[in-house]
Amino acid sequence: MPVNIKAELIQKQEIGPEMLKYSVKAKEITDTAKTGQFIEIRVNDDIEPFLRRPISIYNIDKENGILEFIFQIKGKGTEILSKKREGDKIDILGPLGFGPFKYSNYQKLGIIGGGIGVFPLYELAKSAKSENKNVNIYLGFRNKDLVVLEDEFKGVSDKLKITTDDGSYAEKGFAIDFLKKDIEDGKIDSIFACGPLPMLRAVKQLAEEKEIPCQISLEERMACGLGVCLGCAVKTSKSTAENPEYWHVCKAGPVFQAKDVDI
Amino acid sequence: MNTKINFAGIEMKNPVTVASGTFGYGREFSNFFDLSKLGGIITKGTSLKPKSGNKPPRVCETASGMLNSIGLQNPGVEYFAENDLPFLRKFDTAIIVNVCGSTIDEYVELCKILNTLDIDGVELNLSCPNVKAGCMAFGNTYEGVKEVTSKVRKVIEKPLIVKLTPNVTNITEIAKAVEDAGADGVSLINTLLGMKIDINKRKPVLANNTGGLSGPAIKPVAVRMVYQVAQAVKIPILGMGGIVNGEDAIEFMLAGASAISIGAGNFISPTTSIDTIAQIEDYMRKNNIEDIHEIIGKVEMN
Repeated sequence: MPVNIKAELIQKQEIGPEMLKYSVKAKEITDTAKTGQFIEIRVNDDIEPFLRRPISIYNIDKENGILEFIFQIKGKGTEILSKKREGDKIDILGPLGFGPFKYSNYQKLGIIGGGIGVFPLYELAKSAKSENKNVNIYLGFRNKDLVVLEDEFKGVSDKLKITTDDGSYAEKGFAIDFLKKDIEDGKIDSIFACGPLPMLRAVKQLAEEKEIPCQISLEERMACGLGVCLGCAVKTSKSTAENPEYWHVCKAGPVFQAKDVDI
Repeated sequence: MNTKINFAGIEMKNPVTVASGTFGYGREFSNFFDLSKLGGIITKGTSLKPKSGNKPPRVCETASGMLNSIGLQNPGVEYFAENDLPFLRKFDTAIIVNVCGSTIDEYVELCKILNTLDIDGVELNLSCPNVKAGCMAFGNTYEGVKEVTSKVRKVIEKPLIVKLTPNVTNITEIAKAVEDAGADGVSLINTLLGMKIDINKRKPVLANNTGGLSGPAIKPVAVRMVYQVAQAVKIPILGMGGIVNGEDAIEFMLAGASAISIGAGNFISPTTSIDTIAQIEDYMRKNNIEDIHEIIGKVEMN
């Protein structure tokens, strides 16, 4: 169940260009948080900016009650958030989302992420690895400067493949090509993805071709995060022009079976 | 100290309600506080048949507010009666059902069903800017408002409140239509029609192109309209539009609202509504106000 707390920022770390990792004391949240869920942050007590910022959970340290999230400074909300100092309190609503990643029925996980979409995949890989799953991770970035969290992902995987679009670091090309090869070699029985929409579409298509179960984490503009405003709609696969059908990222998601949604 | 009011025949323990479409059917907020603390709950706009709503993106942030174009997505009155109403009835608060239809017959049909349900009142939505048929199409002329309200008045046996759109030239004329048609109260304002453009894509951000603006950005417009309507009609006013705290609520009541609704404010903090109740009580204490009625309409114009 979500709670609304003022969580103390205990560590702040720059992990990439304009990308910050925040560790906060949030036992009330870590007690119930599941991999794939997200939080919403109110960056100040003012009415400007008006809405909370939805941010995915990077790491849940249940033992110490510490929650970690990473965000990129993109607009005025994240700009204000980036100015918080260690010791400051942050207004957090969470954990949110009723559809977490579900990996227990699988053994050979293929986890694929792109750009800032890699953040929620760390907790997934960490949890799965701790349950002795075979964890294969494929992460794509635009270029060398944007490659983040390599050591962290290495520590929670059996195999880690990093790609850059321009070849300025690691393998040149797209992460999905390496995932595809491993699927063809019989090394993968399930796919978990988060990243830009074109990547998710390609992953969904690949999963359908290879008949492999696939879960994707989606985002959509949202307001409440609680399931009341009905803003963050996602079209379902059953939806037609005459009979449109929508689910909501904050309610049915943010993780969906790829086959169930029309992206 | 008395905060109880009787709004349009509906008993409320305080003047704070939550606005339609910002509180669902209450379940999600019941995790954060006891819903019995509220004066009333106005449900998500409910139609005769389920509605799937508009394409996403449906919401976006704007300066001190937000735009939405949800398109009245709701499960329909039957589902509401079976699943949501029994839940809401567990709490000691007024339940007012917001209703929307695309034809007059639909409003009438819906109200016949509502007569059979254990609810405290009906808020007739003549003001949603995000659907093609009905709603605002009826809500922006004196004749349109009077016709729907009169026909609904004939069938509905519950207190009837009509929610007005601010997207009109003369709000007092529309409010008079509500009064002339025999409604018990009027609520205002619904959202202001707005648009936001993504300058990189050169396209509106919302899939529906336009949406309804809400939040503190619209508050001065709402306060002005509440004041004007209070001068023009005798039926009580449920005031709303950008209220996020007790000070805002008092402002609306001084302008002439007998009760208020928290709308988009519910999105910034799940406890905005009950915090507002506490802040109203603080204001009353500090200003030696014994009874909440003492402030209704008590603005002194320059």
